[in-house]
Amino acid sequence: MAADTPKGVLTTPIFKNNPIALQILGICSALAVTTSMSVSMVMALAVIFVTAFSNLFVSLIRNHIPSSIRIIVQMTIIASLVIVVDQILKAYAYEISKQLSVFVGLIITNCIVMGRAEGFAMTNTPGMSFLDGVGNGLGYGFILMVVGFFRELFGAGSVFGFTVLQPVQDGGWYVPNGLFLLPPSAFFIIGLLIWVLRTLNPEQIEENEFKMKENTQPKEAV
Amino acid sequence: MAQSNNSIKKILTVAFALCIVCSVIVSTAAVALRERQQLNQELDRKTNILEVANLYEPGMDVEEAFSEITARVVDLRTGEYTDELDPDTYNSFEAARDPASSRTLSGDQDIAGLSRQENYSTVYLVGDPDDPEQIILPIRGQGLWGLMRGYISLEGDGNTFVGITYYDHSETPGLGAEVNNPRWQAQWQGKEVYAEEGDLAPAIELVKGGANEETEVDGLSGATLTSRGVTNMLQFWLSPEGFGDYLAKFRSGIDQEDAQNAEVELEAEGA
Repeated sequence: MAADTPKGVLTTPIFKNNPIALQILGICSALAVTTSMSVSMVMALAVIFVTAFSNLFVSLIRNHIPSSIRIIVQMTIIASLVIVVDQILKAYAYEISKQLSVFVGLIITNCIVMGRAEGFAMTNTPGMSFLDGVGNGLGYGFILMVVGFFRELFGAGSVFGFTVLQPVQDGGWYVPNGLFLLPPSAFFIIGLLIWVLRTLNPEQIEENEFKMKENTQPKEAV
Repeated sequence: MAQSNNSIKKILTVAFALCIVCSVIVSTAAVALRERQQLNQELDRKTNILEVANLYEPGMDVEEAFSEITARVVDLRTGEYTDELDPDTYNSFEAARDPASSRTLSGDQDIAGLSRQENYSTVYLVGDPDDPEQIILPIRGQGLWGLMRGYISLEGDGNTFVGITYYDHSETPGLGAEVNNPRWQAQWQGKEVYAEEGDLAPAIELVKGGANEETEVDGLSGATLTSRGVTNMLQFWLSPEGFGDYLAKFRSGIDQEDAQNAEVELEAEGA
């Protein structure tokens, strides 16, 4: 992986090594907060902030973290940052923080943050770790925005709250597809996205872990 | 290096230092932003009240508009105002959890799915508090997925609807969550709570397909259980169990004595 340069560290996680699409991390919050684009964007910004700064702080003290309590140390740093983000949102973006409700708090359990702190920040310099955090946050945010775009467009007929397809409830022609507002639709969209990304980058396709056995002969089944 | 990092002394030092630093950061953020957060919550509550009273316009000065509104605490058992509690600080949700300031609802009474009901509740009066233009009442009850909390606004006659709004619910987006669709909310205006003058049991309900009566409102399409929840909580809060006695003061054709007796009878039935 060309991830040794600052630019590489920042951009690789967006398409080539996307935390959601390739590593399949952080799916749970991606299902919950993507009903509208503005909410997705705030969630993405919150995650970028948390991954970037948790990486930075973990990396700053990486030479002093005793390996026996390193996970707890990382968790404490992440949890503190998440609480700060939650408090800021409640003070300056009250409406959106109401819509995000518990999912800001649940950033703590987002595997992406923890994974980057343990997998990258523990062994890299603060500057690179910070960029890696931003990059992974962007990768997460990119998927969130794409999923949010489709869900809001087809589920509510709008983009960023601006009506694009006039829904029938407001006297238009578009019948909103309720499925897109429910979590399962995010599964479908993320699945299709992974398909698209892996078709564009064939090296992302994983090798089969085992070979499928050929169909059992009918006579054997009898 | 690795050796010294894993010594007990080092582990304790790092853990302790980290806790101190993190707690300072967290508490600084919490304390520094608390005032602003409370302001937001207060503003949100006031906006909701103005919205249900049809007085809200985007971009208006909420504080100024709210100066027209008086908050009073009502004793739900008698329907009388009380001055013992300060409406600005009284929290009816906390009161409902405390056995000392609430009562348990039995299965028959508890159509709104509350299990406990507070003894006092805060109402908001638009205009002159003695002869209000609008009476705004807090309501809550179970919807499909969870508790729904909101306000209703009645005209000064204690019978005619001005509006309804929910500020906290977890109904399905696009279906039950349409309770906050302005087009749906608009049809509440002019609807009536009680079918006949002098009735104590509220008649207002959400119906499927075509609301013809004054006490019928079109239900939410595709959200039967949410609609049922809304009907139930209105039936509960507008009956003598809820604000019925209080509203009787504003309504014509109701004998106060009757209202009190009716409640005794209702309770006897419930028990």
